[in-house]
Amino acid sequence: MTETPARVLQPDTSNIVRLKHPGRVIVGLLCALALGGFAYTLITNPHISWPDVMHYLVFPKILDGVLVTIWLSLISTVVGLSIGVILAVMKLSSNPLAQTLSNIYIWFFRGTPVLVQLIFWFNLAFLFPTLTLAIPFTAIGYQWDMNTLMTGFNAAMLGLALNLGAYAAETVRAGIQAVDVGQSEAASSIGMTPAQRLRVVVLPQAGRIILPPIGNEFISMLKTTSLVYVVAGHDLMTNASQIYKQNSKIMELLIVVSIWYMVMTVIATYFQNKLEKKFGNVNTPPSPRASWSRAMMQSAQAKRKLAVDTTLGSGGSL
Amino acid sequence: MTNMQTDLITPADAAATSPLIIAEQVYKSFGSNQVLAGIDFEVAAGEVAVVIGPSGSGKSTFLRCLNALETIDGGRIRVGGSDVGYTYRDNKFYEWNSRDYARFRLGIGMVFQRFNLFSNMNALENVACGPIKVKGVPRKEARERAQALLEMVGLGTHGHKFPNQLSGGQQQRVAIARSLAMEPSVMLFDEPTSGLDPELVDEVLEVMKTLALGGMTMVVVTHEIGFAREVGDSLTFVDGGVVVEKGDPRTVISNPQSPRTRQFLSKVL
Repeated sequence: MTETPARVLQPDTSNIVRLKHPGRVIVGLLCALALGGFAYTLITNPHISWPDVMHYLVFPKILDGVLVTIWLSLISTVVGLSIGVILAVMKLSSNPLAQTLSNIYIWFFRGTPVLVQLIFWFNLAFLFPTLTLAIPFTAIGYQWDMNTLMTGFNAAMLGLALNLGAYAAETVRAGIQAVDVGQSEAASSIGMTPAQRLRVVVLPQAGRIILPPIGNEFISMLKTTSLVYVVAGHDLMTNASQIYKQNSKIMELLIVVSIWYMVMTVIATYFQNKLEKKFGNVNTPPSPRASWSRAMMQSAQAKRKLAVDTTLGSGGSL
Repeated sequence: MTNMQTDLITPADAAATSPLIIAEQVYKSFGSNQVLAGIDFEVAAGEVAVVIGPSGSGKSTFLRCLNALETIDGGRIRVGGSDVGYTYRDNKFYEWNSRDYARFRLGIGMVFQRFNLFSNMNALENVACGPIKVKGVPRKEARERAQALLEMVGLGTHGHKFPNQLSGGQQQRVAIARSLAMEPSVMLFDEPTSGLDPELVDEVLEVMKTLALGGMTMVVVTHEIGFAREVGDSLTFVDGGVVVEKGDPRTVISNPQSPRTRQFLSKVL
């Protein structure tokens, strides 16, 4: 004789029949088949030499290119972000001249393709053969030859940074505007100037808001740097193209390049997630520095009474 | 600027003889909406002036004008004998630049309805930040003093917490400490307890009472009639952008002269 089964869900889930998802299984199998088939044809394709792929994956010239790409992306993003912050502050200022200049910059650099800008900077010597920095009406100054100044790398850095600046400006502006206006008012009320308000209160908070989109810009920048092969920027794509133009192993080198871009993206994504966990979420405070505040508490105990007295006694004339 | 009178008294004399805050015929509009329609108001040094009125009466806007967070369209506000927003010289009002505003606000503390603690700093940094960044007080000294102020408002052990880890009442007390850290001559309170859960109101009012008893000059916009009765030196009823009635809090509350004051008090008491 068995017990009557209880008419409730058993904690051990023994009397629950899970919902089946046959559709998922079928579509999944079809996808696996298609992908597997594609991978098979790629791997067994007689026109791709996999040993060459392995060879060029760690080829010194390719590794140099990877370093240049990372370096170029970092500099362009940092410089571009700085330009973006300045432009955003100009755009939000009450100064009509600053607003207009910022708008013109953003309009121009978002309005022209970055590829065109890169080629333009690289060929700047056609317009200005020399660059002269001098104090007017004096002999003090210095002159550079534009062709030696505008190397592939410098032209690439300039073009990418100026371009990113225009896009970052809009991101930073949105971030600043997302900071509650009460924060600025509170900063004003304790006597901060507009510049202090921005530096101490608004920008640190805006920074947390714009961290995800700026991370996105950086990841995008890693790939955008491949455009600089048109100005021979010695980045990953430039170096790969120079190799395949000599040995015609175009597919092999494109696979090598793709693998490296993917690796860089994975690493960048990892750091982006880490940064966002640390600073990005406005609802969780950044790591509290409890140690010094506790030390302050103890050392301040003695001075407590004195400070209270001076505080309450300060109601005098202005 | 309208309704301007030629002032023959030099600012130095004015500071010695007249109230700390003088507002004359203050007008202010937001677009077509006139918020202040000729407010006259005075606060003596050491006075606790409580301002009440229905929402939309202009009382908060007026308070923000005292701190130059809003500019006025007409009239004149003087704090400590000097004009707010302008420097009066040779019958002309010269507009302030941002440094003038910052220097002026140093002497005036403000506590907001929504606390407005800096969310990128913990409680102690919120209090210490003004003295460090604005006044150039050495870091260590500013933090010690901030800690003392936090202890004064009953939050000595909460210095390491960020604003979102504190209750509303705690945040407001930190905000008061932040203002006090600048050693202001006047403290403005803009509905400091309106954003709080009922059980947290008293802890903030207690701190304010301590300040009032300590001799701080305070202008308090509030709905807490009990606070006005207990520690207020004057009670001003504002409606429709003008002062309807002003007097001793106990007298105004028990025996309001204007029917509008009577009607308002009957709703909030």
